[in-house]
Order: sequence, then C-alpha cells, then structure tokens
Amino acid sequence: MSPEWQAVWLTLKLAGATTVILLFLATPLAWWLARTRHWVRQPIAAVVAMPLVLPPTVLGFYLLILMGPEGPVGELTQALGLGTLPFTFGGLVVASVISSLPFAVQPLKNAFESVSGRMLEVAATLGASALDRFATVAVPLARSGFLTAAVLSFAHTIGEFGVVLMIGGNIPGETRVLSVAIYDHVETLEYAKAHWLAGGLLIFSFVTLVSLYLINGRIANRGLS
Amino acid sequence: MTEKTNLHIRLRRKLPGFTLDADLALPGKGVTAVFGPSGCGKTTLLRCIAGLERAEGYVSVNGHIWQEGKQSLPVHRRPLALVFQESSLFPHLSVQRNLDYGFNRIAESARQVTMAQAVHWLGLTHLLSRMPDGLSGGERQRVAIARALLTSPRLLLMDEPLSALDTASRSNILPYLDRLREELAIPVIYVTHARAELARIADHVVMMDQGRVVAAGELTEISGRLDLPDRDDEELGVILDTIIGDRDLAWHLCRADFDGGPLWVRDSGRSKGSRLRLRILARDVSLALTRNDDQSIFNLLPATITDIREGAHPAMALVAMKLGKIPLLARLTRLSAHRLELMPGKKVWVQIKSVAVLD
Repeated sequence: MSPEWQAVWLTLKLAGATTVILLFLATPLAWWLARTRHWVRQPIAAVVAMPLVLPPTVLGFYLLILMGPEGPVGELTQALGLGTLPFTFGGLVVASVISSLPFAVQPLKNAFESVSGRMLEVAATLGASALDRFATVAVPLARSGFLTAAVLSFAHTIGEFGVVLMIGGNIPGETRVLSVAIYDHVETLEYAKAHWLAGGLLIFSFVTLVSLYLINGRIANRGLS
Repeated sequence: MTEKTNLHIRLRRKLPGFTLDADLALPGKGVTAVFGPSGCGKTTLLRCIAGLERAEGYVSVNGHIWQEGKQSLPVHRRPLALVFQESSLFPHLSVQRNLDYGFNRIAESARQVTMAQAVHWLGLTHLLSRMPDGLSGGERQRVAIARALLTSPRLLLMDEPLSALDTASRSNILPYLDRLREELAIPVIYVTHARAELARIADHVVMMDQGRVVAAGELTEISGRLDLPDRDDEELGVILDTIIGDRDLAWHLCRADFDGGPLWVRDSGRSKGSRLRLRILARDVSLALTRNDDQSIFNLLPATITDIREGAHPAMALVAMKLGKIPLLARLTRLSAHRLELMPGKKVWVQIKSVAVLD
C-alpha cells in the first residue's frame, strides 16, 4: 500500500472506531443530560463541550500527560500490561473520542429533548418499562439525532489535527492520518500530493454534510421530529 | 353508593396554590366522571392514580393494591390504561403497530379484548395501515381509545379525551363511548369540565374544586342537588336513566319508565326495553297544587318538596323534589312559591313541559 492509501485507510479506521465508541458512550450521557433536572448537569454539560472551545493542543497536552508513563491513566494501562497509549492507534482512538464527544452528545441531547415526555408516559401506561420505553419510543423518535451524531463524529475525527499530532505523532501505518500526511507534504513542499489529499477531504466533507442535510430534511418532512 | 364499592383512592399532594386531597370510594364498574373547573386538580388526581405523579396515600382497584404507604407500583406495572387529552399516538408507528404496542406487552392469558373486537368497536378497519399524522383528530382519539382497551386494563382513565376535538368529531365519537360503557365491565374514570359530556356518559360523578371533593354520588342524585358550587340555573336539570316501556307509533311517542312514574317523550326509534337517558331542566318544570289535565302539558307527576332555595336572579326560586327515589328540580318565581305556600314536605303536582333525550 502506498503511504497515501495507508493514511486514508488509517483515517477511516480511526473515524469508524471513534464513531462506534462515541455512539455507545454519548447515548446514555445525552439522555441523562436531556432528562435530568439535577444541578450537576450544567457542569457536566460544560465539561462535554470543552473540546469545542479548547485549542486541540491543550487537550492533546493534558491527554499526553495523563496517558504518559508518569500519568495516572498511563500507570493504569501499564499495570494492565497494555503499555502506554500515546503514539499508538489506541491512544489516537481515546483522544479522538474525547475531542469529538460534543459532536456526538449535542445532537443526541437536542433530539432527546424534543422527544415529548408525553410519549414516554403513554408508553409507560401501555406497559413498557423504562428501558423498553427508551428503545422503542425515545430512540426511534430521536433517530435524526443519531444520524447527525454519527456523521458529525465521523467527519470531525477525520478533520482532527492538533490532538492527533500531540498524541499520535507521525508514525506511518500507526498514527499518520490524512491531516498529518497533508501537513507533512506541505512541510516538504510536495504540493501536488498535498493537493490530492486536501481536495479529496474537501469533497468528502461537502458530500457528507449535504447528504446529512438531505436525509434529515426528509425525516423531518415525514413529521417524525 | 348503592353499587359495590371497589375503587379506593385516598391521595394527598401539594400543588401550587392548594392541596389535592381526595378520599374516594368508587364503584367497580361504570363511568365515574370527575368534574370541575380548569385547574381544580382533577387531571392531577388522575395522574396520581396512574402513578405518573407521586402523591401520598392509598390506591386499590378491585382488590389489587397499587399504592400503600411507601410501596407504589411503577406505572408500567399497573394494569391500567390512560387516554390523554390530545393525540398521544406514536408518530413513528402505523395505526396497527400503535395498537400492537400495548397489546403485545401483556400476557396472552390476560387478554380480554381481542384485536378484532377493538378494531370493530372503534371503527378502525380502514385506518390500520395509516400513519397517525394522516388521521383526523377524532380518528386519532379513536385509535388511542382502542390502543388503551387492548391492554385489557382493570381501570380505564380518560383525561378530557374529547376536549381537543371540534364539535362535529366530538358528537361523532360519543356513540363509540356509549358502546364501550355498555360492552365493558371495567370501571372508567373520566375527567371532564364539559357538562354535556358529563350528562351524556357518566354514571357517577365526583365534583372537585380547589383540590377537594365537594360532592360524589350517582349522576341523578348529584344533578338534583341545589347546594353545589358553580350552579348554572339556566342549565340546571336532573338527568335520569329510564327504560322504554312502550311505544305509541301513531303519535311518535314512547313511554320512559323509571322509579317515580312514567314520562311520555318523543320516540327516537329505539326498541322497547332499551335504555333511555333523559334530562329535565328546572326551567321546563312548573308546579301545581292539584292535578290539572285541562292543559297542553300531559307529563304530570306527584312529588314531595325537599328543599327550596333562592335562584341566581332574586325573582326566582329553585325547588327540589322527590318523585319516588328520583330527584327533580323546578324553577319558578318566588312570588309563585309564596302564593302556593310551597315548603319542604308539601305534596305538589309536577308539570313537565319538555324532556331532552340525551342518547
């Protein structure tokens, strides 16, 4: 595989893994944030939104320290015999999950908030337990939120640069994703190669977002939101 | 109450402005209407019975305790169904799958209403494959009622199920409710602030005001009382259930029998032996001390005065009477009451000018 295709494959793998993990993680979190009236929801919501405002280097810096050999997470992973996470694909996944968290939580939270409490009450009076109500009423009614969350997490992970560079470095086949490869090409004045990758990403992002809007628009027109 | 009491509800809950405090013993079958002005706590009472809101107290339904002390069954474990005020169909499911939702969640052995019955009772055959947003308001409520029945509830709760509908859909859906009252053996608690619905479908009434129960009893008895709040003298009238005893086809009249004497009313085409609900407005009743057949009014019955009160207008008096066990009300001028020397215990002849057939 050429180094370019290796970077493309690695990027897709990272984005895919991140998206899957994020959907599992963000769904309960977003549900809780949308439903609870407890005061701690505000600080928690702020923590979730932090990656939106922090420079990626700051996030990357702290993750590097946390997951490094001297950090608490690093000590834990070493004790478990996993080694340390920085400069590995696993480390990249962890960092991407954290940095893309708001892109998954926010649309899900909005979608869950728009599920009327009345629908859940109706399901309860029809004999559905809390988990049953969630799976058969809340999730289907929030499905455009799931789509948006998945697409945005995927796309944002592909567009990741700062955090990736801080945590992953630039190891071909392991942590050298597209954005880093483009940076590399520009550094070494290989503009032609940079053009191919950058142009590809540009088109990919545009097509992805247009499809998302079209699909969500169709769901909304069916009166499901 | 004359019928066996099988619903015990004792609930207390603080609300903004007042405290909901209800202690009710209701019959285990028939329609009990909870009636009162908006904001009197009747919907909250219903939600507390369902377990959707917390309240201190005790709830038992036909021998099954749902709430006692700190023990409270979660909503989904209570064998009840609730029909909400506005459309509550799941928008992502077809009519058929909405109906299936509750039906599939109860054990097969517990099913007392079949899919075919519910679809037939509520007239849904041609709607089954449709999505809820393609239905009219009345159709949606019919689906919601069928969906509720399909859970074979031990108690059916209805929270102003017709209030979001226009007059036409409302009168469209009422016959379906009548049929349910006749076909179902389960108790129904029906919250409403509309007197017309109360008169049409209730068997028993609980009147509420400011979170408290101000009166409870059979509809006929409650409709014959003069001491209740929000009395509307123009609409004041006794509602009674009668049986058609005979029909006079030549004159298009039928004889409505009840414990207190027969009344001849307009024939509505119903057969002998069927039930007929009537309303006699106080303003359509006049009194005489002797029987007078020399006049156009032919519904003349003997009654005993039980109570006399001042009307909303100072010229008017309201008279409560008993015809056998049935109460009756009349509105006359205070001058007439004075001239006839009306007082509690006095025997009079009731002259009923007109009777409304309610169903």
